[in-house]
Amino acid sequence: MSPPPSLTPEEILRYSRHLLLPEVALGGQRKLKGSRVLLVGAGGLGSPLALYLAAAGVGTLGLVDFDQVDLTNLQRQVLFGTGDVGRPKSHAARERIRDLNPHVHVEDFQTRLTSENALEILRDFHIVADGSDNFPTRYLVNDACLLLGIPHAYGSIFRFEGQVSLFAVPGGPCYRCLFRQPPPPELVPSCAEGGVLGVLPGLVGTLQAAEVLKWILGAGDLLIGRLLLVDVWTMAFRSLSVRPDPRCPACGTREIRELVTEEASCAWASAAEDGSHEPDVPQWSPRELAGWLSQGRDILLLDVRGHHEWEIAHLPGARILPLEYLPEGLHTLDSARETVVYCRNGTRSARAVRFLREVGFTRVWNLEGGLLRWIEEVDPSLPRY
Amino acid sequence: MDASTDITVRVNGRERRIPRGLNVEGLLRSLGLHPALVVVERNREIVPRGEYAATPVEEGDVLELVHFVGGG
Repeated sequence: MSPPPSLTPEEILRYSRHLLLPEVALGGQRKLKGSRVLLVGAGGLGSPLALYLAAAGVGTLGLVDFDQVDLTNLQRQVLFGTGDVGRPKSHAARERIRDLNPHVHVEDFQTRLTSENALEILRDFHIVADGSDNFPTRYLVNDACLLLGIPHAYGSIFRFEGQVSLFAVPGGPCYRCLFRQPPPPELVPSCAEGGVLGVLPGLVGTLQAAEVLKWILGAGDLLIGRLLLVDVWTMAFRSLSVRPDPRCPACGTREIRELVTEEASCAWASAAEDGSHEPDVPQWSPRELAGWLSQGRDILLLDVRGHHEWEIAHLPGARILPLEYLPEGLHTLDSARETVVYCRNGTRSARAVRFLREVGFTRVWNLEGGLLRWIEEVDPSLPRY
Repeated sequence: MDASTDITVRVNGRERRIPRGLNVEGLLRSLGLHPALVVVERNREIVPRGEYAATPVEEGDVLELVHFVGGG
């Protein structure tokens, strides 16, 4: 880092509560002003990261996010307001940060992080905070950080559980020391499928921000070699030691010398949302199904979602049998009857169709795109969720 | 379950009685966990994913099971 910049009288007043801490003081605040932090993902974790790091006086914040603000983001992504729905996240975030602290220089990258652009984007930053929402990007951040010699503050969330650590610091472990390879994509439910308690990313992203600040200050006990596990449902915090693994291909043997896109990553990043990564499952489009139904064809509509989703909306005349109860409820289904299986977006129902075909049902199809596409193409009066 | 065939291990900080003779994969399955979605640390050593079935769980083992969590 170049010599830390000095502070104006306005900045001295603004950061007064930092300057009163001997652990931060003027020298620390100047370090923050001279620092460049890259946030990968402006979502649930990126929101508190951006807000607190900007408020704390980090000099330059980079933001990588290709997405636009969606109404379903607002339950947890406190960086955005209702008026931002439909806008590019990077633009909305830039405005919010400018309003919060005009001293922060924002560099936005309205793009998806890929093996082609990652080194170019990360190279000019001192530390990365990973708030991405998929495994391929997480491996990319880890490997790129190691190649460039910069650390990353890791955070991830699902339902009620979160994880935080500081990886790729010299002498400490990296993400691959713990999670060597990504899990099989077909087994990974996305947040859109599994849900997440809104405050969880607020908590986890704020913990990441604390690690970033302490690392810049060069003080405090950092989460190096420790994985913090948070469960907001039981409100339990646990920390686990993680040692650098000499056999780790990223930080141990260093056999990862260039960035690779993890297996099936391109396919699943978008596919996980609409079930199209189950290409071999026979399916009907919503319009086809609506056509058959209007002709009075006898088709069983089987809803494999949970009851909590059924009560939001379901197809008229459908029958509910949640996916996890399908094996034990099998005897209640008639394999001779034409059956169309659906869920929210076609992912779980594709699994159900595959299972039913394996056990001998031949007249069973998946509803392509699930209830969401049915609403889009056939019946917009049903609520989306 | 015959108590003499049980062993005591510590899983995620909690003591548990489990049948003797289970391997790591069997333990995960008995807890309803998919082996591909869990990282297992046994006595502070990470067990490689391919060795779950070949790794026995023994009396007094300290196991930490960490889920893959990817959301943001």
